[in-house]
Amino acid sequence: MSPARPPEGARTAAREGGGSPVSAPARKLRVATTSLAGCFGCHMSFLDIDEHLFELVELIEFDRSPLTDIKEVGPCDIGLIEGGVCNAENVHVLRAFRRNCKTLIALGACAVNGGLPAQRNHLPLSECLREVYQFRPGIANGQIPNDPELPLPLDKVRPIHEVVRIDYFLPGCPPSGPAIWKFLTDLIAGRTPRLTGGLLHYD
Amino acid sequence: MHTQAPTPCSALDGILQHHGHRPTELLQILINAQQLEGWLPAPTLTYLARALHLPRARVEGVAGFYSFLYTRPAGRFRVLFSDNITDRMLGNAELMDALCRKLWIEPGKLSEDGLVSIDATSCTGLCDQGPAMLVNGRAIGQLNHRRINEIAELIRQQRPLAQWPSEYFHIDDNIRRRDALLNLDMKPGAALASAIARGRAGWLAEMQASNLRGRGGAGFATAVKWSSARNAPGEPKVIVCNADEGEPGTFKDRVLLNTYADLVFEGMTLAAWAVGASEGFLYLRGEYSHLLPQLEAVLARRRAEGLLGMRILHEPGFDFDIRIHLGAGAYVCGEESALIESLEGKRGTPRIRPPFPVTCGYLGRPTVVNNVETLAKTCLIALQGGEAFAATGTAQSAGTKLLSISGDCAAPGIYEYPFGVSIARVLEDCGASDTQAVQVGGASGICLAGYEFQRRIAYEDVPTAGAFMIFDGTRDLFEVARSFVHFFTHESCGFCTPCRVGTALLKGFMDKLADGHGAQADLADIDWLDRLLKNASHCGLGSAAPNPVIDTLQKFRPAYERRLVSLDFEPAFDLDAALAEARQLTARDDPGAHLHTHEEGTS
Amino acid sequence: MSKQFLLDGQPVPFEDGQSILEAARKAGHYIPSLCWHKDFPAHGSCKLCIVKAAGRHVSACATPAKEGWEVESNTPEMNGERRALLQMLFVEGNHFCPSCEKSGSCELQALGYEYEMLTSRFRHFYPDRPVDASHPDVLLDFNRCIFCELCVRASRDVDGKSVFALTGRGINKHLVVNAESGRLADTDFSKDDLAAHICPVGVILHKGPGFAVPIGERTYDAASIRSQKLKEEES
Repeated sequence: MSPARPPEGARTAAREGGGSPVSAPARKLRVATTSLAGCFGCHMSFLDIDEHLFELVELIEFDRSPLTDIKEVGPCDIGLIEGGVCNAENVHVLRAFRRNCKTLIALGACAVNGGLPAQRNHLPLSECLREVYQFRPGIANGQIPNDPELPLPLDKVRPIHEVVRIDYFLPGCPPSGPAIWKFLTDLIAGRTPRLTGGLLHYD
Repeated sequence: MHTQAPTPCSALDGILQHHGHRPTELLQILINAQQLEGWLPAPTLTYLARALHLPRARVEGVAGFYSFLYTRPAGRFRVLFSDNITDRMLGNAELMDALCRKLWIEPGKLSEDGLVSIDATSCTGLCDQGPAMLVNGRAIGQLNHRRINEIAELIRQQRPLAQWPSEYFHIDDNIRRRDALLNLDMKPGAALASAIARGRAGWLAEMQASNLRGRGGAGFATAVKWSSARNAPGEPKVIVCNADEGEPGTFKDRVLLNTYADLVFEGMTLAAWAVGASEGFLYLRGEYSHLLPQLEAVLARRRAEGLLGMRILHEPGFDFDIRIHLGAGAYVCGEESALIESLEGKRGTPRIRPPFPVTCGYLGRPTVVNNVETLAKTCLIALQGGEAFAATGTAQSAGTKLLSISGDCAAPGIYEYPFGVSIARVLEDCGASDTQAVQVGGASGICLAGYEFQRRIAYEDVPTAGAFMIFDGTRDLFEVARSFVHFFTHESCGFCTPCRVGTALLKGFMDKLADGHGAQADLADIDWLDRLLKNASHCGLGSAAPNPVIDTLQKFRPAYERRLVSLDFEPAFDLDAALAEARQLTARDDPGAHLHTHEEGTS
Repeated sequence: MSKQFLLDGQPVPFEDGQSILEAARKAGHYIPSLCWHKDFPAHGSCKLCIVKAAGRHVSACATPAKEGWEVESNTPEMNGERRALLQMLFVEGNHFCPSCEKSGSCELQALGYEYEMLTSRFRHFYPDRPVDASHPDVLLDFNRCIFCELCVRASRDVDGKSVFALTGRGINKHLVVNAESGRLADTDFSKDDLAAHICPVGVILHKGPGFAVPIGERTYDAASIRSQKLKEEES
C-alpha cells in the first residue's frame, strides 16, 4: 500500500456519494468478478442490489464472471474478487485478475481476511485432509485425492492482499447490496469509495 | 520421558524461608526454585503461590515473563548462545549449528533424553570476547570450534559444570584506556568519609556543582534526581543501582562490577547519604550472575568495615544496606519503572509515568534509580569536589565516559575518555580500519556513517550508554538492522499494542526482504511502522525499536534496495513452498503441483 | 473559572488530576479507547486514545490535562494511527466477526467501523489459541483477546478472585486462568463476577441461548460507538 494513495477509508475530499445514481461515463466500464475460496454469497449479495442492476448495466459491461460465460479474464477496468486464496488455482486466477484489472477489489470477509476457510489455518493441512478423506466415519480405504486435474491446497488460506496488490477492500459477510451499490457507484463516478452510515460491516 | 517428579517441598520451603516468604522476592524465589530441576513444573508454581498467598495465575504470569525461567521442561544442560550482531559477526550461528549437530538436537528443542537444550539469547555482554554462551546461567566466552567440540563432549559425559575447565569461565576485563575513574585507587570508605564530613546538604550541593548526568544514556541530572527523592514524602527511601545492562553491545557495567565493585557500592551509599535512604538494591542482570558470589563478598566485607548497615562510619542515623536482586533475561527491566516492578516480584512491565520513581517507586516509596557508572562516578566527586569534576569533559557533559567497544577493530574492550572525544579518535585508538559504520548506544542508539565520524561523544552531540559497535566495509548494514529488530521483537514486554504487534510486524518485513521476497511497497510499510512505533509506544523500548531501521534506511538505503525482487508487490511467503505439504500428501510432482513464486511473465 | 485546554481547537474545561480523555468525554468530545474503563485507573495499553498534546504523542487516558495545552485528536494523522493500531489488533488475533456472538456489540469491531477500517492491511498471524469451554456458564475464546486486562483488573480489584492473569511476553503474551489445570472450571470464577461482564470483545461469553439479540438491535447496530460512549457519559 503506497503512501501516495490515500489510506483506505481516509477522510478524503471525495464528495459524499450516498449511492446516488450516476451519469453514464463516456464508455461502459468493463467489470470482471470471480469467487475463489468463497461461497458465492458475495455474488448473491451483488444481485441483491435489485433494480439498481438495470442502472448498472447501463454503466458497465461484464467480462469474466459467473454472470457471463467468459472463461478467461481480459483487460478490465474493475475486478471484484470474492473469497480467499486456498489453492493453486486460486493463485492463478487471482494473478490473472491482477494482470488485467486496473482496479482490483477484495469483496467480502473471505477475500479481506481469509474468512471462514481460514479457520483451518491453525491446523496442519495433513490433519484437515486426513480427517476428511481418511478418518471420517463411513469412509473405508479412503485416500487423499491426487488427480493432477485437482488444484493442490496451500498450507494456509490467505487473504488476497497477501498474494497480490489490492486497491480497495469491501468487507462484510456478505457486504450488503446497498454497500456494494454505494461502492460501485463511487468508483464509477470517480470518487474514492467510502462506506458510511452503517454500510460498513464485518459480519 | 518427563514423568513429573513429586514437588520437592522441603527444598522449596528452604528457598521460601531464605526469602522470608516475601511476595516481593517472587522472581528471586523462582530463580532459586528453578535450580532444583532446571525448570519450573506446574505443581512447583502452585506450591509457591500457596506459600506466598499469591494467586497462582500471577506466579505463572511472572514465570512466563522472564526468558531464563522455563515453564516447560528444559535440558539438564541449558545452552544459550549470545546472539548480538557482534556474536553473529564472529560466527555464532555456525558454532551453534555445530553443537546442535554433535548433540543431535534442533535449536529451541529439548533432546529426547532430557539432557540438553540449545537456543539463542539476547546479547550477554561479552561482545569483546565473543562469541559467547551461557550454560545453566554461567557465561563462557571466546568460543571456537575446538571449544565447542570439548563442550559437546562434556555434555555427553554429563559432567557437572563445576568440573568443566575453569578457563572456560574466565572473563577478561579488557580495559584498554583509563582515565579519571578507572585510574582511581580509592580506599573503601574514603569517599563516604568525605561526603559525611560535608553533611547531607553539603554533599548534595557538591553533586549539584558537578553537573553529573546519568550514564545510562538519557542523561538526566543526577543531583536533581537525588534532591527530588530527598524532598519527596514517604519512607524508607530506596536507592537502586541499575545493573541490568541489557543494551546490545554494552559491557562496561560488567567490568565495573567485576573490578570496581567498591566504587559502585560506595556510590550507592553516597546516594543514600544525600537522599536519606536506608534501603538499597543492586539489580543485576541474570547474564551476570557469575559475579554474584564476589559481589556478595564485597558487600559482606563492607558491612564488616562499617561501610554498610547501621550507623555507617559511626554516623548516627546513617543506616543503609544493599541487597542484590537478580534479573532473569528481560531487557525491558533496564527501563527504571519496569525494573521496579521486577524488584517487587512482578512482570517487568513499564509503569505509566508520571508519577516518576523519585516520588513513587519501589512499593510506592521515593526511589532513585541510577546507572552503575553514574554511581561509581560519584566517588570521584566526593573525593575531588564537584567543581573539579565539572571542569572535565564538555560544557554540557561533565566528566568521562566508559565506552564498550566491539566489532571490527584490533583491540575491543573498555575505553574511558573525557566527554567530547570524536568517533574518529576512538576508531583510531582501538585499531579500526575501513570502518563503514559505528552503532553508538546499542540497538536503541544511533548508526553513524563515515561522514559523521567527526561527531563527538557527548549528550549535546552523540549521547550513549556506552556501546560502540564497529562495522567495516565487509558488513551488511541491513543485516545489522535486522538483528536489532529481532532483538526488540524478542524483548518487547507486549504491554502496548504498537510495540507488541509493531515489532513483530517489522521483524516480518525485515525477514521478508532477507528471504528474497522484498518489494518496493514494503519500504513504505516499514516507514509507516517505524513512525507508529516511535510515536505511539508506551515506553522507550518501543519508541527506540525502529531506530536501527530508520538510520540504516537513511544512510545505507542501497543495502535494502538491492534486496528487492519487485518494484511493486511481492507476497511475503514462498507460494511454491506453501504447496509442499499438499505435494507430499498426494505424492504429486506434476507441473500443476507447483507455483512460480514470482508471477509468470511480469518480472 | 476552571482551567481549560484546547481539543482540536475547542476549549475543554478540566479539574486538576483529570486525564485528557476524561475531561474530553465529560465535555462531549469523543476520544476512543479499548482498555480504559471509568471505574478503573488508567491502563494505557491499547493506545487507541493516542493524542498529540503540545506536539508530543501521549495516551489521553494516562495523561493529566494541563492548562493551555493544545491537543490534537480528531485529525487525519491521529485517526490514521488509530486505524493502524486497530489493524494490528485484528491481525495478531483471530477476529472472525461472522461467527462471533459479540459481533454488533464488540468495541473492537465498532472502532473498526468508526475509523473506517476496511482491511487489516498487514499479514495475519493466525495464532493457535484453543478455546476453554470447561466452565458450565462461561466460554473463553482467547482468539479475540486484545490484552486490555479489564478482566484481570475486575477479577483482582473488584471480585477479589484474581481469576485472570497475563503470562508470556511480547507477541507471545497470553491470558491464563488461576488454576494449575489451566481450565476456567477449576477456578472460583462465577458468571456473576464483574469480570464476566467487562470484556470489550468476544473472549468471555456466557453460555446458554446464543445470538439472542437480533441483528439490527445490537449495541452498535443503530448508533456508533462514538455516540454510545458519549451518551453513557451523560447518564
